Amino acid sequence: MARTDFGPPHYSTLIPDIIKENYGKWLYHEQIRPGVLKHVSETGAELYTVRVGSPRLASIDFIREICEIADKYSKGHLRFTSRHNIEFLLDDKEMVEPLLEELARRGLPVGGTGHSVSNIVHTQGWVHCHSAATDASGLVKSLMDGLYDYFVENKLPNMVRIAVACCLNMCGAVHCSDIAIVGIHRKPPRIDHEKLHKVCEIPSVIQSCPTGAIKPNPKLKSVEVNPDKCMYCGNCYTVCPAMPIADPENDGVAIFVGGKVSNARTAPKFSRLAIPYLPNNPPRWTETVEAVKHLLEVYAENALPGERYGEWIERIGWERFFKLTGLPFTEKHIDDFIFAPTTFRTTTQFNW
Amino acid sequence: MANEEKKTPLLDQLEEGRWPSFVKEIKKAAAKNKKAEALLGQLELSYREKKVHWKHGGIVGVKGYGGGVIGRYSDVPEQFPDAAEFHTIRVNQPAGWFYTTEALRKLCDIWEKYGSGLTNFHGSTGDAILLGTDTDKLQACFDELAEAGFDLGGSGSDLRTPSCCVGPARCEFACFDTLDVCHEITMEFQNELHRPMWPYKFKIKIAGCPNDCVASIARADLSVIGTWRDEIRVNQEEVKAYAEAGFDIQGMVVDKCPKKAVKYNAETREIVIDNESCTRCMHCINEMPRALRVGKEGGATLLIGAKAPIVKSAFMSWVIIPFMEMKPPYTELKDFIRTITDWWDENGKTRERIGETIYRLGMPKFLRDTGIKPVPQMVTAPRANPYYFWYPEEVK
Repeated sequence: MARTDFGPPHYSTLIPDIIKENYGKWLYHEQIRPGVLKHVSETGAELYTVRVGSPRLASIDFIREICEIADKYSKGHLRFTSRHNIEFLLDDKEMVEPLLEELARRGLPVGGTGHSVSNIVHTQGWVHCHSAATDASGLVKSLMDGLYDYFVENKLPNMVRIAVACCLNMCGAVHCSDIAIVGIHRKPPRIDHEKLHKVCEIPSVIQSCPTGAIKPNPKLKSVEVNPDKCMYCGNCYTVCPAMPIADPENDGVAIFVGGKVSNARTAPKFSRLAIPYLPNNPPRWTETVEAVKHLLEVYAENALPGERYGEWIERIGWERFFKLTGLPFTEKHIDDFIFAPTTFRTTTQFNW
Repeated sequence: MANEEKKTPLLDQLEEGRWPSFVKEIKKAAAKNKKAEALLGQLELSYREKKVHWKHGGIVGVKGYGGGVIGRYSDVPEQFPDAAEFHTIRVNQPAGWFYTTEALRKLCDIWEKYGSGLTNFHGSTGDAILLGTDTDKLQACFDELAEAGFDLGGSGSDLRTPSCCVGPARCEFACFDTLDVCHEITMEFQNELHRPMWPYKFKIKIAGCPNDCVASIARADLSVIGTWRDEIRVNQEEVKAYAEAGFDIQGMVVDKCPKKAVKYNAETREIVIDNESCTRCMHCINEMPRALRVGKEGGATLLIGAKAPIVKSAFMSWVIIPFMEMKPPYTELKDFIRTITDWWDENGKTRERIGETIYRLGMPKFLRDTGIKPVPQMVTAPRANPYYFWYPEEVK
């Protein structure tokens, strides 16, 4: 048996010398151009970071390709960011331009720093998940093609963090993103009564439902779903494969806006519903890409310099957000889940 | 497979455009590997039918571990026999996601031998993801990974692989050594990481400052976020340099300070910070990194309970320990993790995240049971209702 419980390789064996020498001594940084950062140390050392967008779903050929680049320009060292970008870490300023030229030749985008749209954090989708209501990789590829200029340039009031989750399980930080795209179902699960008692534990299935919509059906040794109470979260499917909820005709995506995780200026915020449903339209998800572009453009035109998406909305008010974006405000936008009262307006202060 | 089935007209459209294409990546792997080729075919089917074609879970793994491998089976194996089994191996990433090309090439060589040749760098939780292998290859693959120094990450109801921001390795904002804390915590809780034993998953994310570049406040059951206790360090010479360069200190920094704690004297071109009013949001430091620095007395705020909407709504983490020193060997932090996970293990229901358990049973009970002292930093305001418990020892 192989050894176990030895943990990941120690980071100290993987960081470049310039980082070893200046670990914890960094004094300040500046953005030289979008995608290129310069960090200056107390020792006077300068570290240049070149940030590159990646497809996240990468072949080993791709990984070997970036290794080749790292060997040539950053002494065999590189890192990845929390948003799936690749960072080449250079201790020689003279190597920055040649690296940028090589990256351009290879078609790898440089950007994602400063007031940009960084790479989209996303989930597995149809590529590798069982509960996906939409694909994630295809949606993200289509979005990033559409938002490419926002990645390579700094033309927004502040950074915009976009995330995609292919179902409500949200294995990405979708719910606190400037723009969050979530795969949703719109019909209750179907019940395979023949199979259910063989593969599922009925009490767990009943307990899994956050709205109490599932009750036992002793006659069939199965369960029933009350369609008036079900809000299609799919949690029952997660505990019971005999309750499939995926539906090609009705699944799609919802778009939430104005969330953030940073504590800068204002507290972290949840993203809030802007568009309740757009259809799944592979391979290019045209409606979703257009909607996100529109949401970005309205923000870019109206927000003050330095304002994050949610800070802009907080300043102008949601009523004006819906007016400026032209998005319809519907009953779907009004919360009726357990924390709903915290979102009701308990003041006469609002805009017309 | 018939030639007709090999055609992927829908996915081919995703080879176009300026952003790097994942379809090109799958095709590169498919040129050399049957599993990747089968994945391409099955994904095209999903695109045609707008429907996922993976079955629900399946328990597979390697000897000695309960997590780290996600079983994945095709629901159309007769059409794509090479994708019938397509398991994921989660490889615990190095802290801060730093690699040498030597280490990455080792991973590639192993994965070329045992898997589809497809990866995620990285998965949402932080692991390096090896995407697509067969049950009978798992053990041999892990054995070689182990030999190369790579261990598995978490999956299922266990401690998920902790992750951290770049920290002091490349960021002047780091209030403590995030990489070291991440590595030490990962090593300390290897058993919890590899053997699912808890009510549900438990995530730890470690951010060096309140900018929270790892989204810990949104995603981690335990968020460790850097902060400081003393004063923001001001370099007045650099303040002058910003002013001379035409930077709008009043508009971009002073007016945007949430606590109105920054004063700027346009005549002397100096900044004064009222550190007692400052809530250490990072805004002024983010805007003027050359002139302003985080305090010297760094440590972390510990927050608890973040999770995605399933089941009872999304939570953000809330403050539980306003300040903890982060000094090796991090005994206080390790003890704290044991205290809270033991409590959750005792009280949590199946598939209940720690935040939900606290929500169900009440924060006062949680504090009482764990011996954590209530402090005003935990709440934005005290309760507005008179519905609180008195215990027998508190009344006559």
